[in-house]
Amino acid sequence: MRTAIHISELRKQYGAVTALDGLDLDVMEGEMFGLLGPNGAGKTTTVGILTTRVRATSGEAVVAGCDVAKEAVQTRARIGVVPQKPNPDLQLTVRENLLFHATYHGIPRAEAARRADALLERLGIADKANVKVQTLSGGQQQRMMIARALTHEPQVLFLDEPTVGLDPQARLGVWDILRELKEQGRTVVMTTHYMEEADQLCDRVAIIDKGKLLALDTPTALKAQAPGETIIDVTLDRTIDGELPPLAGVTRAEARGAVLRAYAESAASAIPALLAFAESRGYAVRDIHLSRPSLETLFISLTGRKLA
Amino acid sequence: MKTRIFGSLLLRDAVVAKRDIVGIMIRTMLQPLLFTFVFGHLLTRTGVIPRAYTTMIIPGIAGLSLTMASIWAVAMPLIADFGFTKEIEDRLLAPVPIEVIAIEKLFAGILQGALTASITLPLARLIIGPIPGLSLQRLPLLALMVILSGAVFSAFGLFLGTAMQPQHISLMMQVIFAPMIMFGCIYYPWRSLDSFPVLKYLVLINPLVYVSEGLRAALTPGVPHMPLAAILAALAAITLLLLWLGMRGFRRRAIS
Repeated sequence: MRTAIHISELRKQYGAVTALDGLDLDVMEGEMFGLLGPNGAGKTTTVGILTTRVRATSGEAVVAGCDVAKEAVQTRARIGVVPQKPNPDLQLTVRENLLFHATYHGIPRAEAARRADALLERLGIADKANVKVQTLSGGQQQRMMIARALTHEPQVLFLDEPTVGLDPQARLGVWDILRELKEQGRTVVMTTHYMEEADQLCDRVAIIDKGKLLALDTPTALKAQAPGETIIDVTLDRTIDGELPPLAGVTRAEARGAVLRAYAESAASAIPALLAFAESRGYAVRDIHLSRPSLETLFISLTGRKLA
Repeated sequence: MKTRIFGSLLLRDAVVAKRDIVGIMIRTMLQPLLFTFVFGHLLTRTGVIPRAYTTMIIPGIAGLSLTMASIWAVAMPLIADFGFTKEIEDRLLAPVPIEVIAIEKLFAGILQGALTASITLPLARLIIGPIPGLSLQRLPLLALMVILSGAVFSAFGLFLGTAMQPQHISLMMQVIFAPMIMFGCIYYPWRSLDSFPVLKYLVLINPLVYVSEGLRAALTPGVPHMPLAAILAALAAITLLLLWLGMRGFRRRAIS
């Protein structure tokens, strides 16, 4: 397999804020690659650099054989971008959005029209071809954004948080489209802060936080690295003070303010002991949250905080 | 390839402008034509203003609608695009240097300016009736002045469009446009400021002065106007300055 994207020692500084802190990554051709991390982790900055809209402070990034800084024009010819905030041309109809996009990439009008019609059909919005973009629902608009990014048949497709703000049904619709792209063997890089999305769709996932790579592997391998236990967060009515006693069924426990975090092989056997502990000290239990071994528990164990 | 992409960018702006044709005409032609009606028709008919005044204002009227068309065509879409709609991002990802996107905007601005002038001028002539001293003999000079006027104000639009935030638009109208129009030698030739020496030289920072005077040289050569060489040199210098500022702003907004 050949490398579609090569990133080495990539740094981006916005004044005093470090958005990317020496990121190294390789994405293979035909791979669906996920960048997973909380808001502000550096995902959008990474995509911005790879799509030539953000200039890196230092480091190197090569996309589809082109250095993004030195060969920005050639890079742009080879990539498709679906941004986090949809940016359709509101003055144009859905079909015109695709048509003009294609001609911006030098595709003759007849060929552009053929591709636009085929894509609108494939993405299930052919009946909306001649309406203004404003009349589309969020899900339809996102389909149009994906269709538009595909009209010039890019070698690498970037999607920044492709399902943020969509209702559950529209999200599943976008997932189907992404799965189809994967079957076609397209190289896709997507950012997300939804664990499930990365888990379901991506061949490999890079977990990043504060501009640094924390882990990189297939979702299955990453989950295997996750602590074997379920994480039980018990939220109490006030800050926990004093030492925590050994609790039956709990491997390890820690107090974080008003939250008692316990790691356990079985949640069912640990919860009674946790509740008994709270009662014995006079705390009221406000909430109990379980995180099963998953990308999420791995993320928590890597960063100490939740993803979203 | 680059030319074809440039053409498709221009075509996009033409399609969008065509859809907004009524809005564009109102923004760029209504004010100059109302002024023409009141000062060129009503007040000259009633004798309040001498008929010769129409000769003074006709080049300025054409210049005002031309420059407003050019500046609006460039500044307003850029303010909206960079400010909130982000529509331009798709074009910024076209496989051409990003300067091409800015140059296309300037082209569109010059074209809109020229089109507007070619509509306003005959309309104004229709409203006023025969204008003493108006001549269309110097067509090449007229064409050159129209293009240069469009260029300077398109470049101004590029600068404003990349420097202004959406919430500053009404402020921009009051603080920049209103004095620019009043002191733009539209309603009076520059030489009529002879008795106000400070003002006479202060207005020279206003590019509209050279547009009005240049169109005077082309359309009503009998009215005293600045030397042509000075007009051309000033227009070229101001265009280059605004182009430099505008391009710098465009690069900053396009790539972070």
